[in-house]
This record gives sequence, C-alpha cells and structure tokens, in this order.
Amino acid sequence: MGKLNRDDLDRLESEYQESRQERDYIRVGMSTCGIAAGAEPVYRFLCEEIRRRALDVEVRRSGCLGMCHAEPLVEVSVAGAPRSLYGEVGLDAARRILDQHVEKGLVLAGMLASQDGLLAPPEETVPRIGRQLRIVLRNCGIIDPTKIEEYIARGGYQGLKRALFELGPESVIEEMRTAGLRGRGGAGYPAWLKWKLTRDAEGAEKYMICNGDEGDPGAYMDRSVLEGDPHSVIEGMLIGALAIGASQCYFYIRAEYPLAVDRIETAIKQARRMGLVGKNILGSNFSCEMEVRLGAGAFVCGEETALIASLEGRRGTPRPRPPYPAQYGLWQMPSNINNVETLANVGPLIARGGKWFASIGTESSKGTKVFAVTGKVRHSGLVEIPMGTTIREIVMDICGGAEGGKHIKAVQTGGPSGGVIPEELFDTPVSYESLQELGSIMGSGGLIVMDEDDCMVDIAGFYLGFCVEESCGKCAPCRIGGKQVKMLLDKISARRATAKDVTELRRICHAMQKASLCGLGQTAPNPVLSTLRYFENEYEALLQ
Amino acid sequence: MADVIMVPDISRTVQKWRKKRGSLIMALHEVQNRYGYVPRNVSLQLAQLMDVPLARIYEVVTFYNYFNLEPPGRNNVAVCLGTACYLKGAPEVFDAHKKALGLEDGGTTGDGEFHLQSVRCVGCCGLAPVVVMNGQTVSKVRPEGVRDLIARCRKEA
Amino acid sequence: MTNPNGYESLPNAIINGASGPTVSCRINGSEVELPDGTTILDAARLLRLEIPTLCKHADLDPTAACGLCIVKVEGTHKMPRACCTPVEEGMEITTHNAEIMDVRRTVVELILSKHPTDCLTCGRNQNCELQTVASDFGIRQAVMPNIAHDLDRDSSSQALTLDPARCITCGRCVHICQDIQNVHALCFLDRGYGTRIAPAGVSLGESPCVRCGQCSAHCPTGAIFEFDETRDVWEYLMTPEYHAVVQIAPSVRVAIGEAFGLAPGTNLTGKLYAVLRRLGFDAVFDTNFGADVTILEEASEFIQRFLHGRGELPLITSCCPSWVDFMEKFHGDMIDHFSTCKSPHEIVGVLTKTYYADKMGIDPSRIRCVSVMPCTAKKWEIKRHESMSASGFQDVDVSITTRELARMIKQAGISFLDLEEEECDPVLGDYTGAGTIFGVTGGVMEAALRTAADLITGETMEQLEYNTVRGLDGVKEAGVEIAGRQVRVAVAHGLGHVETVLNRIREAREAGDEPPYHFVEVMACPGGCVGGGGQPYGVTNEVRMARARGLYSDDARRTVRKSHENPHVQMLYKDFLKEPLSAKAHQLLHTRYQARLTYTR
Ligand SMILES: Cc1cc2nc3c(=O)[nH]c(=O)nc-3n(C[C@H](O)[C@H](O)[C@H](O)COP(=O)(O)O)c2cc1C
Ligand code: SF4
Ligand code: SF4
Ligand code: SF4
Ligand code: SF4
Ligand code: SF4
Ligand code: SF4
Ligand code: SF4
Ligand code: FES
Ligand code: FES
Ligand code: FES
Repeated sequence: MGKLNRDDLDRLESEYQESRQERDYIRVGMSTCGIAAGAEPVYRFLCEEIRRRALDVEVRRSGCLGMCHAEPLVEVSVAGAPRSLYGEVGLDAARRILDQHVEKGLVLAGMLASQDGLLAPPEETVPRIGRQLRIVLRNCGIIDPTKIEEYIARGGYQGLKRALFELGPESVIEEMRTAGLRGRGGAGYPAWLKWKLTRDAEGAEKYMICNGDEGDPGAYMDRSVLEGDPHSVIEGMLIGALAIGASQCYFYIRAEYPLAVDRIETAIKQARRMGLVGKNILGSNFSCEMEVRLGAGAFVCGEETALIASLEGRRGTPRPRPPYPAQYGLWQMPSNINNVETLANVGPLIARGGKWFASIGTESSKGTKVFAVTGKVRHSGLVEIPMGTTIREIVMDICGGAEGGKHIKAVQTGGPSGGVIPEELFDTPVSYESLQELGSIMGSGGLIVMDEDDCMVDIAGFYLGFCVEESCGKCAPCRIGGKQVKMLLDKISARRATAKDVTELRRICHAMQKASLCGLGQTAPNPVLSTLRYFENEYEALLQ
Repeated sequence: MADVIMVPDISRTVQKWRKKRGSLIMALHEVQNRYGYVPRNVSLQLAQLMDVPLARIYEVVTFYNYFNLEPPGRNNVAVCLGTACYLKGAPEVFDAHKKALGLEDGGTTGDGEFHLQSVRCVGCCGLAPVVVMNGQTVSKVRPEGVRDLIARCRKEA
Repeated sequence: MTNPNGYESLPNAIINGASGPTVSCRINGSEVELPDGTTILDAARLLRLEIPTLCKHADLDPTAACGLCIVKVEGTHKMPRACCTPVEEGMEITTHNAEIMDVRRTVVELILSKHPTDCLTCGRNQNCELQTVASDFGIRQAVMPNIAHDLDRDSSSQALTLDPARCITCGRCVHICQDIQNVHALCFLDRGYGTRIAPAGVSLGESPCVRCGQCSAHCPTGAIFEFDETRDVWEYLMTPEYHAVVQIAPSVRVAIGEAFGLAPGTNLTGKLYAVLRRLGFDAVFDTNFGADVTILEEASEFIQRFLHGRGELPLITSCCPSWVDFMEKFHGDMIDHFSTCKSPHEIVGVLTKTYYADKMGIDPSRIRCVSVMPCTAKKWEIKRHESMSASGFQDVDVSITTRELARMIKQAGISFLDLEEEECDPVLGDYTGAGTIFGVTGGVMEAALRTAADLITGETMEQLEYNTVRGLDGVKEAGVEIAGRQVRVAVAHGLGHVETVLNRIREAREAGDEPPYHFVEVMACPGGCVGGGGQPYGVTNEVRMARARGLYSDDARRTVRKSHENPHVQMLYKDFLKEPLSAKAHQLLHTRYQARLTYTR
C-alpha cells in the first residue's frame, strides 16, 4: 500500500468496512492483561483448530476489552447466533466454544463474561456499554491494533483529514476550545490553551510530546489505549503538531510497557508507509516525524519538566516553572505535552466537531473519563463514563460492587497524589472540581476500591512509601519530609504514637505541600490529609 | 569483576542512537537488555561512543530503577507492590518470596540463581496480585503457591 | 561570568536606568517597578528584605533545591520559590508572615534531621550557611528523629575532602563542576532520600577532578572542603632543625582580610609578612617574585616562538595547575603549545632550596618550604611531576590555602590587623607591579606583554596597561601591536570557557590556517586566582572585582612595574641563572607534561 491522499482515506474506509461486514469471526483480547492471563495459547489453539476443522471463521486479535477480571476474553460472532463475549477462557473452554457456539450456534450462557455479555455492534463509532460511553476506548477490544486498515475502517484519521484540509491550525485550536477538552494527565489544564500558548511562543523548532509514563500504580488506562488502539493516539499527536506548529513528535512511554511500545512502533511504521507520518501528510504541505522514547522506571518522569529532562538523556528531576514547557521545553524549544488519553480524544473530537464533544459531560468537565477500577471490587477493569457520572454508579453499578459480601468503605482516586473518598460521598458526580472539593483529585484515572478490611492509616502509609521511593531527591521538603512523614505513619501503625505526633504529621505535610518543588512532593501528603479528614477515628484508635 | 567489552552488535545499535539527540537512555536500554546490567567498562565505552561524560551516565544509571550497576541473578523475580496488588495481598506474596529465597528486596542469591525485587505496577492490576518471573506475568498469585513457582522456575533453568 | 543574573548586577541595572520592559508588583505592600525577568529574591533584596536561602548562590543559576526561600503570592495556594520565580505584572508578594516562617522553620528542621550534628568537628564550623540558618531560626531542639546517612569521607585527591554525609544536595558543586568548569568529576548519584554527591563510581582522586576547589568555594556546608595540611606546617614550625620558609601568592593578600571582617580587596601584604614571622617562619618570601621570573622565562619563550619560529603558536600559559591537569587529561594534543615554565610558587620553591640555600649557606635538606595559595590545586602541583623536585628535594613541601592560613592566624591568637607592616626577605621577595597582577584573570598576559614588548623592540615601552585583557568576560580577545606586528592574544578563565579557545586553535590547525592567536592565557577559576578555590568563602563577581581592584592598585602604586626591571630578579640572573632559557634555567624553572588518560568527562 502506497502513500495515501486525502480522498484515498474515504475510499479505504468504505472498502474495508464492506470487506469485513459479513465475515464470521472469533476475537481474542490480547493486551498485556490478556496475555498474562493466558490468552496466547488460547489464540494459537483456536487458529489451529479452525484450520484443522476447515471452518470459514476468521480468528482476530484485539487489544484490551476493559474487563480485566474476566481475562482471557473471547468474542464470537457467527451467523445464526447472537454475538457473545466469553470470559476466563482456557483451552477447555475454547474447545467447547468451537464445538457448541461456532459449529452448532449454541450460546454457552454459563461462560459469558459479566453484565450484558455483549459488545456494541462495531458499526457504531461511539459504542455504549451499559452506562459507559466510549470515545477514548472506541476501538479498544474491537480492532486489531496491529492493522492500520482496521483503524481507518472505523473512521480513523478523519479528524486529521478535517484538520488538514478544512480547518487549519487556528481553527483546530478554536474547535478544541469549543469542545472544552481538559488534560487527562491529572491537572485538567485546558488542552486548547496549552496548544495556543505553544503555538504563540517563539522558537525555531517546536515539539509535540505524548506523556505515556503512566506511573500511578493501579492505573493502566493509557497502556490499554496504546496497546489496543495506537493510531488513535498518533492521530491526536498529528493534529496537535499541526495546531502548535511542530514537525517532530515524541512518545515517551514507560519501559514497563513493552507491548505498548511495540504496538506504537508498529503503528508509526504503518502510518509512515501510508503517508500519514513523514513528509507531506495525506498530500498536504504538513510534514511531521514521530519517534518513541522509553522511560526507565521513575514515576517522577511523568511530571512534564522531568519528562523533558529524561527525553534529553538526563536524570528526571523537575525544574521550577515558569518558564513552562510551552515557552521553554525540549531542547529549550516551545513544547506541548499531552497525556495519552487526552490525545485519544482529539481525533473524534475534530472529526465530529467541538460542539458534539461539549454536549457530553458537565458544565466544567467535558467529555468522558476512563477509570481503571481495581482493588476490592467484583469486576475490576476499565470503564469509560461521561463526566458527571457518580462514583456510586461506577463502583456499584458498572463494576458490580464489593467482592465477597464485604462492605465498601472508600475509594482512592488520583493515586499517590489523590485522596480517599468515603462511601457516604459516593453520590458525588465525577468532575475535576467536585473531586478536588472532596480533598482528592481526578488524577489520571486510577480508582482503587477499599473495603472494611482495609486500614486507612495503612493505605496512607502505602502511598507515602511510594512517594518516598519515587521522590527524585532534588528538593529537601519532599526528599526528607516524605521520609519523616512515613516514619510517623509507621509509628502510628505500630501503636507507639501520641496525639503530638499527629500534630507533627500535619505540620510536615503542610510544609511539603507548600515548599516542595514539583507536584510529586506538593501532593504526596494528600493521601494522609484526606484519610485524616474522613477517617481520623482510625488514627485515634491507634494512638497511645 | 572482569572487564566487559562492548560486543559489536551493541556498538552498532549505540552508533545508531548516537546520531539522535538525547538518546542516552535508549542506548542504556540496549546495554541493560544485552548484559542484564550496565557494566562499568561498557559505560566507559559508551561515554566515548556517545560523547557524554561518564558522570552523566552514572547519574542516569543510578537514577532510574531500570538500570543496574551490578549483574543480576539468572532468574529475575519481580513482585508487584502496586496499589491494586497491595490491597489484594501482595505484601504477603512478597514475604513468601523473601522467605523462600532467603532474600531482601533487591537481593541476589549467593549462587546467582535468583534476583528478587519489588516493582510498582506492571499494568495488570485486574489480575492482582501479580508476579513477573523472567518477563512472564503470573497472575493472582497466592502466598502458598510461591514455593512451587520458584521450584518450577529452577527446573526450567 | 556565566550567570549574568547574579543579584549583585541588578541594582546597577536599575541605577543605570536599565532600558527594556519593566513590570510593577507589590512586595509586602510596597509598590516596586523592576526590569522584566527580575526574580522575587532580587526584588526583595532591593527593598532590603532578606529572604533566607541555602541553595541559591549569586554565581549560579538557581537550583531550586532547598525550598527555604518560599514566599506567598496572592491568588495561588502554592508558595513559589523566590530565588527562581520572576516577578510578574501586578503580583502581590508577601515575604514574611507567621505561616511562611512556620513552613521555613519546618524545612530547616527537615534538613537538619538528615544532617550530622557534630558541627564541632566539621570543616565549616562557624563558617557554615546551614549552621547560620539553623541559628537564625533558633532551632533549639531536634524534634524529628535524626536519619542522617553514614557515608565515608574521601580525601583521596589530597586537595579536597569530600564529606558527603554533610551534603544538603543543594546542587551548587555539581553545577560548578559540570557546567562552569566542564570537568564532570562530581555528580549526583542515586535518587530520592539516598541522593548523594560523588564521582562516577571511583574516588575523587581517580576521577577527572582537576582540584580547582570551586566546588568547595561554593558549597554552603562542610561537605566539600580543602584538604587541611596546617598540621604539617605547625610541625615544621615546631621543629628547631628545620629552616621554615613561606611565600604568599598574589591574590592571598587582597582576600585574607575577609576572614577578619575586612572588605574584599583590602591589601594586607605588609601585615601578612609580619604575621608570618610571628607564626615562626624563618624567612618570608613572596610568590610575586616568582611571578616576575616566570614572566622573564615565558616572555622569552614567546619571543622564540613568535619571532624565530621555534615552537608552536599560540603559546599557552601554564601557571595554573588545574588548567595543566585539565589539559593533560582532556587536551593532550595541546602539550606542544604549553609554556614549559613552572608556576611562580614552584619557582620560588626551587630557588629557595638552591639559590637562597647557597647564598645563606643553609643545607637545603633542612629547609621546609610552605606556600600560601588561593588554590587547592597547588596541593597537587607540588607533587605532580619529578621536575617539581628539581632542587633534589621536593621544592615546595606543603601548600596551604588562604582559608587554612586564616585559621592558623586565629589559632595563634595574633591580632593580625593590629600588626605593623613589615617587609619581606628581599632575596626572593621584592616584586614588581607585573608580578602582583598574576592573581587576576588577564594579569599574566598583561605582565608578559609588558616584558615582551620591551624585549622585542629592545626599547622601554611606554604602555603599561592593557585594558582589553582586564575584566570578567569569560573569553577576552585582543590585538596588540608590538614593533609593527600584530600580536593576537586570548584570555580565558573558568574552564568551561577554555574549550571555545582551544577549538578555534584546532580548527585553524586542521584547516592549515595561521593560528588565530599568538598567546593565550588560561586560569581555571572564574576571575583567576582572586576567585580561587581556596579563598575565603562568599565569592561573587563583586568580590572578585574588588579583589582584582586591590591587585591593580598594588600594581599602579609600584615604581617598578615590569618583571625584567626587578633588580632582585636581575641579580638572580646575573649571579645564578645567567639568562632566561639558559641550561640552568631549564633545569630548575621548567617542567614537562604528559597526557594523562582519564575516563571521558
Ligand atoms: C509526579 C507527577 C507524575 C505525573 N505523571 C503523569 C503521567 O504518568 N502521565 C501523564 O499523562 N501525566 C502525568 N503527570 C502530569 C503531567 O505533568 C502533565 O501535566 C500532563 O502530562 C499534561 O498532559 P494533559 O494536559 O494532557 O493532561 C504527572 C505529574 C506529576 C507532578
Ligand atoms: S518535590 Fe520531590 S520529586 Fe519533586 S522535585 Fe522535589 S524532590 Fe523531586
Ligand atoms: S498491574 Fe494493576 S492490579 Fe496489578 S499491581 Fe499493577 S496496578 Fe495493581
Ligand atoms: S556542615 Fe555546617 S551545620 Fe553541618 S556539621 Fe558542618 S558546620 Fe555543622
Ligand atoms: S555551640 Fe553548643 S554544642 Fe556547640 S560547642 Fe557550644 S555548647 Fe557545645
Ligand atoms: S575541584 Fe574542581 S574539578 Fe574537582 S570536583 Fe571540585 S569543581 Fe570539580
Ligand atoms: S556538596 Fe555542598 S555544594 Fe555540593 S550539593 Fe552538597 S551541600 Fe551542595
Ligand atoms: S586559577 Fe589560580 S586558584 Fe584557580 S586553580 Fe588556577 S592557580 Fe589555582
Ligand atoms: S482487559 Fe485488557 S487490560 Fe484488562
Ligand atoms: S499494582 Fe501490581 S500490577 Fe498494578
Ligand atoms: S534558595 Fe530558593 S530554593 Fe533554595
């Protein structure tokens, strides 16, 4: 396949759609989770058996379906039987699926995965699963991430096309402004404004950077998108590069995600071959190169100035802002950094228009948010919900509530920078502001469910321990403060502390918040302060 | 420790990175993947090849968890202590490893067979608690199963 | 200097009515208008508001590491760092209130909680920025458990002692060593709570460190300090059999007063001679005399190369041992350009144990030579090569820094500042204006030009001052006309600036062009020896300039201002060395260089 021009895109889209419409298929979810749960032998087995039995069924691979609790996942769509999704499929189950469902058209009801057991029909660009609304995850678990054609077949790169030939940089930014998309990396800064500042900054060169560091333990939304739908991020990057005036993009992906790196690299190669990356994209006069760089195991490198230092081949230590990367970023040039999920929104947003996007979500928080729901919950996995959905809906309705008849006590959002939200407040609708009011943050989308067995002092200690290990060590308040706070929490847990120690704890936390250089140290006390706010009784019970 | 000389395929890849700005970390990944650690001699050669100060290489190698200055064990056991795993009992799983191998976090057995380390989330939180054995993710590990896991690993080696 | 944003330069910018955009803001209620880009710290200092700092140094870009300088800015819940936050239009800044104090005090307590508590045996006791801050904040009790790391000291370089347990990771030394000196001997290793300073996996002695001591001069604490050798000196002074001789370097005289509360640049030459005698030295010499000898040899070398084509051009000065070390380690291809002439203190050393010993009839084995230098690298220079024992003994036995001498004077309890001025011993003591300006960047060049001009023309030239080589620009270039010929010179100080000059030389050499310069002076320390690594603490460009002014006025006051006109130097040549570059001069006053392989910086 040679390089595409603007019109080839539509032709390809309809060609692929037609060619794939009527086929029978079996689809195996094969992102990191799936593989870890044993999807690979299942996939191999299915391929061999189909060949041996000479069935006219295509075995496809896809990325993450978002139902981590039920991996490995196998979806079956054959004529004459309803499309079904099976969970926890081992080799035995795979054989039964072939025998019963594929060959005889009998759905194995007992083996279906979770709630409705069905994925939305693939024709719908924005599928809805129950209360979920999938924009970011529109293709995850549906397309084969190693095939660019499948992305194009589902409307991929239409946003880029519109940006290039209909809008141009300024109108792209205007469209983003209308949409009100805010950064999904944690801080919720309006994406359009950052793009505009970078566009307006002077510099011989400008850079577009994708933050795929995803260091928050317990969060893996970005990994799933990178693995399951790499082109959606590439498309967002290209549109962003066009808008800010960059001709070079960097993906910064944490080294713990080898499969994501692999998928993105493959996707870039394909896109380059098709003229979507490189010189004169889609025949326009816009040219843009793209490269992948790896992290190396440092949470702080998710912070934008540390990320830049790391990209430059240095220790990932943050530096003071201002100047912000938009003025003074990679190689001292204006640079724009966006989170994976932010970027995955951009393609459909531009294709369908800012007004459409702005119609989803709440007044201040537009669009959807992906959460990785884990911990003491029945159905852990990825959910994408419109902003404004309540925590209760996410935890109780979508994810099935507590495991094993326990009582859910709280959730933690925002990871080590966030805080706990007690069960009484689960009716809060999710938005940047509402979570902040509760003393937590939206964060990147980790949502950890805790039940009655979990001790809040212990949880605070866990997060502090994380921050102590991940502190870059540059500034004293975080480097030493974190350690002292951790020691105080340990002292409390060991029942050796007094009320004076809690006062001391608060004082050091306050100094850390005010005097730490970067977000890591400034927010590291949040888990402590929020558990103190809602569960002070648990602290008191441990005091002498 | 014996001097390690950079093998040709590495110096070739490093040469490739050399042309790209700021790619020290990428070059170090190549080295780490090849040798399992970053031998001092290779650092010295890398400094020459990439024209970066050795001090910079050491700064970087000691900053990032991914790189080691010492050779690892033949089997690498990484126990996830990320949040989801933590809640689902990872500390007990980690303790079971420590006991079974007689190691602390970051330690290597005397015979160089096993290296034990804790990691923070490998992105399979839905399958918590998770252990990564020589690059293979093992899901929903129970403390009782740890001895078997190690025994299996020993046999395969 | 590298960082033109040092706060000292700011008031000038404003007094001179700096053009360019300004912003106005409010600090503690007072409205001020400041040049765009002024930091909150500088702005506050203009209003005489002292914000405490630990990591910011006037010479250096802010590292933002300590978190002590935080202030409140209306409209944000964060507390930005004053040292690195520029004022913005309409900003409302509060520099002091109870909450800010509480945070600052907690930060100090945190730093102290990871710091040893044994000030009494620390190299910076009573002269430590951390100690001062702790004292100002009135920390009277260690509320937090002490969790200091136990880390080994490293004195292997024999010039500096690294005591990483006392490091507060302010980053100044790393910034200096890597960015200003371009040596990359020191770096930060590990991270988080375990972050420490060290060379890359070896001891400092095995590292590329060139011992310039700039790290120690900028360290706020006792984590890096000069390798103390005052005990050796006391022992020489205690041993009756020894004939203890001392010499003082040019820049010591204008800096040591700072350790006794005087303003930088106060010239204490006469009092220094006096106090050294009180300490018990049998003879007091002056390195400036050696400087005059160095000039005679070096100017003669220059003429050989410039007029007669014997040897490579440009000729590069070699009296700074850090520079020699740097060249041997990283620029071995430049060896042929180097002047083989020894540094002034080595010349005084070797002449003490030969010429002076002969003259006075003292057995040179009984002589102990002490040099008082602004410099930590001199501690290494005295042993760097066998030619440093040209007298048959190690020519200089021990070299101490200005800071060490100041301590010795205090120990002895001599009322230094009240002493009557004295003269030094004339044999190796009398000096010219040319000798004294060796201590400041451009001084060697200027002194050499004075002599070279006379030697080339065979006349006594009028011109004495070469202003183009003065000042603190990192690289100074000038063309000087001597006898109808252009002499192109370059002066570099601060090792980070040297490579610009060397690369130009190399480029010309590779292109087969005429060399871009005929004569190059290099000093490792920013400002030259007035800014040396062994000088009293608290150096800034203002201090460097003041010390330099002290030397230039010493020069201006002298009746003899050209090295070759020094009568005692003339006598030395007549009686002993014959002429510059004679066989004897070569044997005693010249050295050799060798490339020393080290790991890549
Ligand atoms: C300690 C720390 C860690 C962070 N880690 C991440 C991360 O892993 N991924 C991410 O996208 N943003 C992370 N951020 C936020 C980024 O600094 C930055 O705000 C974000 O990438 C901007 O993208 P957005 O505007 O699209 O959200 C982190 C911030 C801090 C302070
Ligand atoms: S707050 Fe922590 S992570 Fe951030 S710069 Fe300071 S020490 Fe580093
Ligand atoms: S993969 Fe996910 S569930 Fe497992 S430990 Fe990491 S964050 Fe937790
Ligand atoms: S560095 Fe300063 S505070 Fe620390 S021990 Fe030495 S004198 Fe005391
Ligand atoms: S300052 Fe205090 S601790 Fe130090 S010597 Fe004096 S009394 Fe002792
Ligand atoms: S003495 Fe000079 S070269 Fe050596 S570590 Fe200090 S600053 Fe670096
Ligand atoms: S050694 Fe001194 S200058 Fe260097 S980082 Fe430590 S405290 Fe700062
Ligand atoms: S410039 Fe002077 S003080 Fe500095 S290293 Fe050279 S000789 Fe020593
Ligand atoms: S289902 Fe694939 S990430 Fe969990
Ligand atoms: S917390 Fe263990 S894999 Fe994420
Ligand atoms: S002086 Fe500003 S952070 Fe240290």
